[in-house]
Amino acid sequence: MDTDIQIYVTDREGKRHALLAPTDMQMNLMEVCKAYELPVEGTCGGMALCASCQCYITSSHILPERSEDENAMLAEAFHVRDTSRLGCQILMTKELEGLEVTLAPEA
Amino acid sequence: MIKTDILIIGAGPTGLFTVFEAGLLKLKCHLIDSLPMPGGQCAEIYPKKPIYDIPSHPEILAGDLIKNLEAQIAPFQPGYTLGEHAVSIEKTEEDQFVVTTDQGTQHQAPVVAIAGGLGTFEPRKPPLENLEFFETKGVNYIIKDPEYYRNKKIVIAGGGDSALDWTIFLEPIASSVTLVHRRNEFRGALDSVDKVQELKNAGRIHLITPAEVTALKGKDKLEGITITREGATEDLVCDAFIPLFGLTPKLGPIANWGLEIEKNAIKVDNSLDYQTNIPGIYAIGDVNTYPGKLKLILCGFHEATLMCQSAFKRIYPEKRNVLKYTTVSGVSGFDGSQKQAAKSTIKSID
Repeated sequence: MDTDIQIYVTDREGKRHALLAPTDMQMNLMEVCKAYELPVEGTCGGMALCASCQCYITSSHILPERSEDENAMLAEAFHVRDTSRLGCQILMTKELEGLEVTLAPEA
Repeated sequence: MIKTDILIIGAGPTGLFTVFEAGLLKLKCHLIDSLPMPGGQCAEIYPKKPIYDIPSHPEILAGDLIKNLEAQIAPFQPGYTLGEHAVSIEKTEEDQFVVTTDQGTQHQAPVVAIAGGLGTFEPRKPPLENLEFFETKGVNYIIKDPEYYRNKKIVIAGGGDSALDWTIFLEPIASSVTLVHRRNEFRGALDSVDKVQELKNAGRIHLITPAEVTALKGKDKLEGITITREGATEDLVCDAFIPLFGLTPKLGPIANWGLEIEKNAIKVDNSLDYQTNIPGIYAIGDVNTYPGKLKLILCGFHEATLMCQSAFKRIYPEKRNVLKYTTVSGVSGFDGSQKQAAKSTIKSID
Protein backbone atom coordinates (compact mmCIF):
# COMPACT_ATOMS: atom_id res chain seq x y z
CA MET A 1 0.00 0.00 0.00
CA ASP A 2 1.20 3.49 -0.69
CA THR A 3 0.87 4.42 2.95
CA ASP A 4 3.44 1.78 3.91
CA ILE A 5 7.15 2.39 4.17
CA GLN A 6 10.01 -0.09 4.10
CA ILE A 7 12.28 -0.10 7.13
CA TYR A 8 15.13 -2.39 8.16
CA VAL A 9 15.73 -3.73 11.66
CA THR A 10 18.83 -5.69 12.61
CA ASP A 11 18.14 -7.94 15.60
CA ARG A 12 20.53 -8.84 18.45
CA GLU A 13 21.86 -11.83 16.53
CA GLY A 14 22.82 -9.59 13.61
CA LYS A 15 19.98 -10.70 11.34
CA ARG A 16 18.49 -7.93 9.18
CA HIS A 17 14.72 -7.87 8.78
CA ALA A 18 12.89 -5.89 6.09
CA LEU A 19 9.60 -4.67 7.53
CA LEU A 20 6.65 -2.90 5.94
CA ALA A 21 5.45 -0.26 8.34
CA PRO A 22 2.10 1.53 7.96
CA THR A 23 2.26 5.30 8.30
CA ASP A 24 -1.47 5.80 8.76
CA MET A 25 -1.94 3.79 11.96
CA GLN A 26 -0.10 6.02 14.46
CA MET A 27 2.36 3.20 14.96
CA ASN A 28 5.80 3.65 16.42
CA LEU A 29 8.94 1.66 15.75
CA MET A 30 8.55 -0.45 18.92
CA GLU A 31 5.03 -1.44 17.87
CA VAL A 32 6.11 -2.29 14.32
CA CYS A 33 8.84 -4.57 15.73
CA LYS A 34 6.29 -6.25 18.00
CA ALA A 35 3.85 -6.66 15.11
CA TYR A 36 6.58 -8.61 13.30
CA GLU A 37 7.33 -10.57 16.51
CA LEU A 38 10.87 -9.26 16.81
CA PRO A 39 12.29 -9.58 20.35
CA VAL A 40 11.31 -6.11 21.56
CA GLU A 41 9.62 -6.25 24.94
CA GLY A 42 8.01 -2.80 25.15
CA THR A 43 7.44 -3.38 28.85
CA CYS A 44 5.98 0.03 29.64
CA GLY A 45 3.76 -0.03 26.57
CA GLY A 46 5.39 3.00 24.96
CA MET A 47 5.61 5.61 27.71
CA ALA A 48 9.41 6.08 27.47
CA LEU A 49 9.65 4.53 30.91
CA CYS A 50 11.61 1.30 30.43
CA ALA A 51 14.13 1.48 27.54
CA SER A 52 13.42 -2.11 26.48
CA CYS A 53 12.92 -0.80 22.92
CA GLN A 54 16.25 1.04 22.73
CA CYS A 55 17.82 0.90 19.26
CA TYR A 56 20.63 2.54 17.33
CA ILE A 57 19.83 4.52 14.19
CA THR A 58 22.30 3.42 11.51
CA SER A 59 20.93 5.28 8.48
CA SER A 60 21.29 9.02 7.91
CA HIS A 61 17.62 9.88 8.40
CA ILE A 62 16.90 13.00 10.37
CA LEU A 63 14.48 12.10 13.12
CA PRO A 64 12.37 14.39 15.28
CA GLU A 65 14.38 15.42 18.33
CA ARG A 66 14.25 13.44 21.55
CA SER A 67 11.68 14.62 24.04
CA GLU A 68 12.62 15.39 27.66
CA ASP A 69 11.09 12.06 28.72
CA GLU A 70 13.14 10.14 26.16
CA ASN A 71 16.35 11.93 27.19
CA ALA A 72 15.66 11.21 30.86
CA MET A 73 15.02 7.52 30.21
CA LEU A 74 18.10 7.14 28.02
CA ALA A 75 20.16 8.75 30.81
CA GLU A 76 19.22 5.77 32.97
CA ALA A 77 19.49 3.09 30.28
CA PHE A 78 22.56 1.00 29.50
CA HIS A 79 24.61 0.55 26.32
CA VAL A 80 23.57 4.06 25.26
CA ARG A 81 25.27 5.68 22.26
CA ASP A 82 24.86 9.02 20.49
CA THR A 83 22.64 7.25 17.96
CA SER A 84 20.40 5.68 20.62
CA ARG A 85 16.66 6.20 20.44
CA LEU A 86 13.67 4.62 22.12
CA GLY A 87 11.71 2.84 19.41
CA CYS A 88 8.42 3.74 21.11
CA GLN A 89 9.11 7.44 20.53
CA ILE A 90 9.67 7.14 16.78
CA LEU A 91 6.41 7.54 14.92
CA MET A 92 6.27 5.90 11.50
CA THR A 93 6.06 8.65 8.86
CA LYS A 94 6.76 8.82 5.12
CA GLU A 95 10.05 10.63 5.79
CA LEU A 96 11.38 7.45 7.40
CA GLU A 97 11.28 5.39 4.19
CA GLY A 98 14.41 3.21 4.20
CA LEU A 99 15.15 3.73 7.94
CA GLU A 100 17.82 1.36 9.28
CA VAL A 101 18.08 0.51 12.97
CA THR A 102 19.83 -2.06 15.17
CA LEU A 103 18.30 -3.29 18.41
CA ALA A 104 20.37 -2.42 21.51
CA PRO A 105 21.31 -5.26 23.88
CA GLU A 106 18.70 -6.30 26.43
CA ALA A 107 19.24 -4.72 29.83
CA MET B 1 1.49 -21.88 56.96
CA ILE B 2 -0.92 -19.32 55.50
CA LYS B 3 -4.14 -20.99 54.35
CA THR B 4 -6.69 -19.52 51.97
CA ASP B 5 -9.14 -20.45 49.20
CA ILE B 6 -7.48 -18.71 46.27
CA LEU B 7 -3.80 -17.89 46.42
CA ILE B 8 -3.10 -15.04 44.01
CA ILE B 9 0.42 -14.52 42.76
CA GLY B 10 0.76 -10.88 41.77
CA ALA B 11 -1.04 -7.92 43.36
CA GLY B 12 -1.52 -5.80 40.25
CA PRO B 13 -4.97 -4.66 39.08
CA THR B 14 -6.01 -8.13 37.89
CA GLY B 15 -4.88 -9.86 41.10
CA LEU B 16 -6.61 -7.24 43.25
CA PHE B 17 -9.90 -7.47 41.37
CA THR B 18 -9.83 -11.26 41.73
CA VAL B 19 -10.30 -10.72 45.49
CA PHE B 20 -13.58 -8.93 44.79
CA GLU B 21 -15.03 -11.54 42.44
CA ALA B 22 -13.90 -14.34 44.78
CA GLY B 23 -15.40 -12.49 47.73
CA LEU B 24 -18.83 -12.37 46.09
CA LEU B 25 -18.59 -16.19 46.03
CA LYS B 26 -17.49 -16.24 49.70
CA LEU B 27 -13.99 -17.36 48.75
CA LYS B 28 -11.07 -15.91 50.71
CA CYS B 29 -7.92 -14.70 48.97
CA HIS B 30 -4.28 -14.10 49.81
CA LEU B 31 -1.89 -12.19 47.54
CA ILE B 32 1.87 -12.58 47.12
CA ASP B 33 3.88 -9.84 45.42
CA SER B 34 7.58 -9.14 45.10
CA LEU B 35 7.03 -5.39 45.37
CA PRO B 36 6.63 -3.88 48.85
CA MET B 37 3.20 -2.44 47.89
CA PRO B 38 0.17 -3.61 45.89
CA GLY B 39 -0.35 -2.29 42.36
CA GLY B 40 2.18 -4.06 40.15
CA GLN B 41 3.20 -2.09 37.07
CA CYS B 42 0.59 0.58 37.85
CA ALA B 43 2.40 1.33 41.11
CA GLU B 44 6.00 0.66 40.09
CA ILE B 45 6.26 1.94 36.53
CA TYR B 46 3.53 4.48 35.87
CA PRO B 47 1.52 5.57 38.97
CA LYS B 48 1.19 9.14 37.66
CA LYS B 49 0.11 8.21 34.13
CA PRO B 50 -3.53 8.51 33.12
CA ILE B 51 -5.37 5.47 31.74
CA TYR B 52 -8.24 6.15 29.34
CA ASP B 53 -9.67 2.70 28.62
CA ILE B 54 -11.06 1.59 31.96
CA PRO B 55 -14.83 1.32 31.39
CA SER B 56 -16.71 4.21 33.02
CA HIS B 57 -13.51 6.08 33.88
CA PRO B 58 -12.95 8.63 31.09
CA GLU B 59 -9.55 9.17 32.71
CA ILE B 60 -7.92 7.72 35.82
CA LEU B 61 -4.36 7.79 37.12
CA ALA B 62 -2.85 4.31 37.42
CA GLY B 63 -2.09 5.01 41.09
CA ASP B 64 -5.71 6.02 41.74
CA LEU B 65 -6.99 2.90 39.98
CA ILE B 66 -5.02 0.83 42.50
CA LYS B 67 -6.30 2.90 45.44
CA ASN B 68 -9.88 2.37 44.24
CA LEU B 69 -9.35 -1.37 43.82
CA GLU B 70 -7.91 -1.62 47.33
CA ALA B 71 -11.00 0.17 48.68
CA GLN B 72 -13.32 -2.04 46.63
CA ILE B 73 -11.79 -5.28 47.94
CA ALA B 74 -11.27 -4.14 51.54
CA PRO B 75 -14.55 -5.76 52.78
CA PHE B 76 -13.13 -9.12 51.69
CA GLN B 77 -10.06 -8.73 53.90
CA PRO B 78 -7.38 -10.12 51.60
CA GLY B 79 -4.12 -11.27 53.13
CA TYR B 80 -0.83 -10.03 51.73
CA THR B 81 2.70 -11.39 51.54
CA LEU B 82 4.56 -8.38 50.11
CA GLY B 83 8.21 -7.94 49.24
CA GLU B 84 8.60 -11.68 48.67
CA HIS B 85 8.39 -13.62 45.47
CA ALA B 86 6.88 -17.03 44.85
CA VAL B 87 9.65 -19.50 44.14
CA SER B 88 8.24 -23.03 44.25
CA ILE B 89 4.95 -24.87 44.10
CA GLU B 90 4.10 -28.37 45.31
CA LYS B 91 0.94 -30.40 45.31
CA THR B 92 -0.16 -32.18 48.49
CA GLU B 93 -2.02 -35.48 48.68
CA GLU B 94 -5.18 -33.56 49.60
CA ASP B 95 -5.13 -31.82 46.21
CA GLN B 96 -3.87 -28.58 47.70
CA PHE B 97 -1.03 -26.42 46.43
CA VAL B 98 1.79 -25.20 48.66
CA VAL B 99 3.60 -22.13 47.37
CA THR B 100 6.85 -21.06 49.05
CA THR B 101 8.49 -17.64 48.69
CA ASP B 102 12.17 -16.71 48.48
CA GLN B 103 12.01 -15.91 52.19
CA GLY B 104 10.48 -19.26 53.08
CA THR B 105 6.89 -18.11 53.73
CA GLN B 106 4.53 -20.98 52.94
CA HIS B 107 0.99 -20.65 51.61
CA GLN B 108 -1.58 -23.36 51.05
CA ALA B 109 -4.69 -23.22 48.85
CA PRO B 110 -6.82 -25.49 46.66
CA VAL B 111 -6.61 -22.94 43.83
CA VAL B 112 -3.70 -20.82 42.64
CA ALA B 113 -4.28 -17.83 40.37
CA ILE B 114 -1.16 -16.52 38.70
CA ALA B 115 -1.72 -12.83 37.96
CA GLY B 116 1.95 -12.09 37.65
CA GLY B 117 1.87 -9.55 34.82
CA LEU B 118 5.15 -9.49 32.97
CA GLY B 119 6.85 -11.20 35.90
CA THR B 120 8.72 -10.39 39.07
CA PHE B 121 10.32 -6.97 39.20
CA GLU B 122 14.08 -7.25 39.40
CA PRO B 123 16.62 -4.43 39.61
CA ARG B 124 18.13 -3.30 36.32
CA LYS B 125 21.85 -3.89 36.65
CA PRO B 126 24.43 -1.68 34.95
CA PRO B 127 26.77 -3.55 32.60
CA LEU B 128 29.90 -3.36 34.80
CA GLU B 129 32.64 -5.95 34.90
CA ASN B 130 32.75 -7.91 38.20
CA LEU B 131 29.37 -6.47 39.23
CA GLU B 132 28.06 -9.84 40.30
CA PHE B 133 31.21 -10.61 42.27
CA PHE B 134 30.65 -7.52 44.40
CA GLU B 135 26.94 -8.15 45.00
CA THR B 136 26.41 -8.26 48.79
CA LYS B 137 30.10 -7.33 49.13
CA GLY B 138 29.38 -3.64 48.81
CA VAL B 139 27.01 -3.57 45.85
CA ASN B 140 23.28 -3.60 46.60
CA TYR B 141 20.29 -2.72 44.44
CA ILE B 142 17.73 -2.66 47.20
CA ILE B 143 18.19 -1.00 50.57
CA LYS B 144 16.76 -3.31 53.20
CA ASP B 145 18.46 -1.96 56.32
CA PRO B 146 19.61 1.67 56.14
CA GLU B 147 21.65 1.11 59.34
CA TYR B 148 24.01 -1.06 57.30
CA TYR B 149 25.28 2.16 55.73
CA ARG B 150 26.05 3.95 59.02
CA ASN B 151 29.42 5.71 58.83
CA LYS B 152 30.12 4.23 55.41
CA LYS B 153 31.23 6.01 52.28
CA ILE B 154 28.53 5.34 49.73
CA VAL B 155 28.01 6.05 46.06
CA ILE B 156 24.51 6.11 44.55
CA ALA B 157 23.93 6.07 40.78
CA GLY B 158 20.71 7.01 39.00
CA GLY B 159 18.52 9.98 38.18
CA GLY B 160 15.03 9.07 39.30
CA ASP B 161 13.04 9.25 42.51
CA SER B 162 14.72 6.34 44.26
CA ALA B 163 18.23 7.74 43.66
CA LEU B 164 17.12 11.14 45.00
CA ASP B 165 15.12 9.75 47.92
CA TRP B 166 17.88 7.45 49.12
CA THR B 167 20.48 10.20 48.78
CA ILE B 168 18.36 12.36 51.08
CA PHE B 169 17.62 9.51 53.48
CA LEU B 170 21.16 8.17 53.78
CA GLU B 171 22.93 11.55 53.98
CA PRO B 172 22.66 11.83 57.80
CA ILE B 173 23.50 8.14 58.28
CA ALA B 174 26.47 7.56 56.00
CA SER B 175 29.84 9.24 56.48
CA SER B 176 29.67 10.45 52.88
CA VAL B 177 27.17 10.23 50.03
CA THR B 178 28.12 10.73 46.40
CA LEU B 179 25.35 10.84 43.78
CA VAL B 180 26.40 10.08 40.21
CA HIS B 181 24.11 10.64 37.23
CA ARG B 182 24.67 10.74 33.49
CA ARG B 183 23.06 14.14 33.05
CA ASN B 184 22.51 17.27 35.10
CA GLU B 185 18.74 16.92 34.99
CA PHE B 186 16.96 14.61 37.40
CA ARG B 187 13.57 13.05 36.83
CA GLY B 188 11.95 13.01 40.22
CA ALA B 189 9.53 14.79 42.52
CA LEU B 190 10.35 18.50 42.53
CA ASP B 191 10.65 18.51 46.34
CA SER B 192 13.33 15.82 46.20
CA VAL B 193 15.28 17.59 43.45
CA ASP B 194 15.21 20.81 45.52
CA LYS B 195 16.29 18.99 48.66
CA VAL B 196 19.25 17.36 46.88
CA GLN B 197 20.19 20.78 45.51
CA GLU B 198 20.16 22.15 49.10
CA LEU B 199 22.30 19.27 50.36
CA LYS B 200 24.77 19.86 47.56
CA ASN B 201 24.90 23.62 48.21
CA ALA B 202 25.52 22.97 51.89
CA GLY B 203 28.40 20.66 51.00
CA ARG B 204 26.70 17.69 52.67
CA ILE B 205 26.69 15.45 49.60
CA HIS B 206 28.85 15.18 46.52
CA LEU B 207 27.02 15.44 43.22
CA ILE B 208 28.92 14.27 40.16
CA THR B 209 27.21 14.96 36.79
CA PRO B 210 27.22 14.31 33.89
CA ALA B 211 29.13 11.20 34.77
CA GLU B 212 28.82 7.47 35.21
CA VAL B 213 30.39 4.72 37.25
CA THR B 214 32.48 2.69 34.82
CA ALA B 215 34.47 0.30 37.02
CA LEU B 216 34.37 -1.36 40.42
CA LYS B 217 37.50 -1.99 42.47
CA GLY B 218 38.41 -4.13 45.43
CA LYS B 219 39.96 -7.41 46.44
CA ASP B 220 37.50 -9.33 48.58
CA LYS B 221 34.93 -6.57 48.84
CA LEU B 222 34.20 -3.27 47.18
CA GLU B 223 36.88 -0.69 48.00
CA GLY B 224 36.32 1.92 45.34
CA ILE B 225 34.87 2.86 41.99
CA THR B 226 35.95 4.64 38.84
CA ILE B 227 33.87 7.51 37.59
CA THR B 228 34.03 8.70 34.00
CA ARG B 229 33.07 12.31 33.44
CA GLU B 230 33.27 13.86 29.99
CA GLY B 231 35.95 11.41 28.92
CA ALA B 232 38.15 11.80 32.03
CA THR B 233 38.27 9.15 34.72
CA GLU B 234 38.72 9.54 38.43
CA ASP B 235 38.89 6.95 41.20
CA LEU B 236 36.90 7.28 44.36
CA VAL B 237 37.30 5.29 47.58
CA CYS B 238 33.99 3.90 48.88
CA ASP B 239 32.47 1.07 50.92
CA ALA B 240 29.19 0.73 49.09
CA PHE B 241 27.76 1.27 45.62
CA ILE B 242 24.00 1.43 45.13
CA PRO B 243 22.92 1.49 41.46
CA LEU B 244 19.27 2.60 41.27
CA PHE B 245 18.20 2.28 37.64
CA GLY B 246 14.67 1.05 38.19
CA LEU B 247 13.19 -2.40 37.98
CA THR B 248 12.40 -4.66 35.08
CA PRO B 249 10.02 -7.63 35.08
CA LYS B 250 11.28 -11.18 34.51
CA LEU B 251 9.02 -14.25 34.46
CA GLY B 252 11.45 -15.94 36.88
CA PRO B 253 10.88 -19.24 38.72
CA ILE B 254 7.25 -19.59 37.51
CA ALA B 255 8.72 -20.58 34.15
CA ASN B 256 9.90 -23.82 35.81
CA TRP B 257 6.61 -24.86 37.40
CA GLY B 258 5.67 -27.28 34.63
CA LEU B 259 3.25 -24.83 33.04
CA GLU B 260 2.99 -24.61 29.28
CA ILE B 261 4.81 -21.42 28.27
CA GLU B 262 4.58 -19.67 24.95
CA LYS B 263 6.47 -16.45 24.18
CA ASN B 264 7.20 -15.78 27.84
CA ALA B 265 3.53 -16.15 28.81
CA ILE B 266 1.45 -18.99 30.31
CA LYS B 267 -0.90 -20.80 27.95
CA VAL B 268 -4.48 -21.05 29.22
CA ASP B 269 -7.84 -22.37 28.07
CA ASN B 270 -9.65 -19.19 27.11
CA SER B 271 -12.72 -21.00 25.82
CA LEU B 272 -13.59 -21.89 29.40
CA ASP B 273 -11.91 -20.53 32.48
CA TYR B 274 -8.26 -19.46 31.96
CA GLN B 275 -6.99 -22.63 33.58
CA THR B 276 -3.44 -23.73 32.74
CA ASN B 277 -2.34 -27.24 31.80
CA ILE B 278 -2.20 -27.99 35.55
CA PRO B 279 -5.76 -28.29 36.91
CA GLY B 280 -6.28 -25.87 39.80
CA ILE B 281 -3.68 -23.40 38.57
CA TYR B 282 -5.11 -20.50 36.60
CA ALA B 283 -3.29 -17.66 34.84
CA ILE B 284 -5.01 -14.31 34.33
CA GLY B 285 -4.05 -10.85 33.10
CA ASP B 286 -0.87 -9.97 31.24
CA VAL B 287 0.86 -13.20 32.30
CA ASN B 288 -1.32 -15.48 30.15
CA THR B 289 -1.63 -16.10 26.45
CA TYR B 290 -4.31 -17.51 24.15
CA PRO B 291 -5.45 -16.84 20.60
CA GLY B 292 -6.49 -13.20 20.38
CA LYS B 293 -5.00 -12.25 23.77
CA LEU B 294 -4.84 -8.54 24.53
CA LYS B 295 -2.72 -7.28 27.41
CA LEU B 296 -5.23 -4.82 28.80
CA ILE B 297 -6.32 -4.20 32.38
CA LEU B 298 -9.97 -4.47 31.38
CA CYS B 299 -9.34 -7.91 29.86
CA GLY B 300 -7.63 -8.98 33.10
CA PHE B 301 -10.79 -8.01 35.03
CA HIS B 302 -12.92 -10.17 32.75
CA GLU B 303 -10.53 -13.11 33.01
CA ALA B 304 -10.50 -12.83 36.82
CA THR B 305 -14.31 -12.93 36.92
CA LEU B 306 -14.63 -16.09 34.84
CA MET B 307 -11.75 -17.72 36.65
CA CYS B 308 -13.41 -17.25 40.06
CA GLN B 309 -16.58 -19.03 38.91
CA SER B 310 -14.47 -22.00 37.83
CA ALA B 311 -12.46 -21.91 41.06
CA PHE B 312 -15.70 -22.05 43.05
CA LYS B 313 -16.78 -25.21 41.20
CA ARG B 314 -13.39 -26.73 41.85
CA ILE B 315 -13.49 -25.97 45.56
CA TYR B 316 -17.18 -26.86 46.02
CA PRO B 317 -18.00 -29.37 43.27
CA GLU B 318 -21.30 -30.34 44.94
CA LYS B 319 -22.59 -26.84 45.63
CA ARG B 320 -25.13 -25.34 43.23
CA ASN B 321 -24.47 -21.71 42.45
CA VAL B 322 -25.86 -19.04 40.17
CA LEU B 323 -24.43 -15.71 39.17
CA LYS B 324 -25.64 -12.95 41.46
CA TYR B 325 -25.87 -9.25 40.72
CA THR B 326 -24.44 -6.81 43.23
CA THR B 327 -27.33 -4.44 42.54
CA VAL B 328 -29.64 -7.16 43.89
CA SER B 329 -27.55 -8.97 46.50
CA GLY B 330 -25.27 -6.14 47.59
CA VAL B 331 -21.82 -6.86 48.98
CA SER B 332 -21.43 -8.74 52.26
CA GLY B 333 -17.90 -8.28 53.51
CA PHE B 334 -16.02 -10.84 55.56
CA ASP B 335 -15.55 -7.99 58.03
CA GLY B 336 -19.31 -7.97 58.71
CA SER B 337 -19.90 -4.91 56.54
CA GLN B 338 -22.95 -4.83 54.32
CA LYS B 339 -23.53 -2.75 51.23
CA GLN B 340 -27.01 -2.81 49.84
CA ALA B 341 -29.10 -0.77 47.44
CA ALA B 342 -31.50 1.54 49.28
CA LYS B 343 -35.05 0.26 49.43
CA SER B 344 -37.41 2.11 47.14
CA THR B 345 -39.69 4.63 48.78
CA ILE B 346 -43.36 3.92 48.36
CA LYS B 347 -45.80 6.61 49.28
CA SER B 348 -49.40 7.09 48.33
CA ILE B 349 -50.78 10.24 46.77
CA ASP B 350 -54.09 11.23 48.32
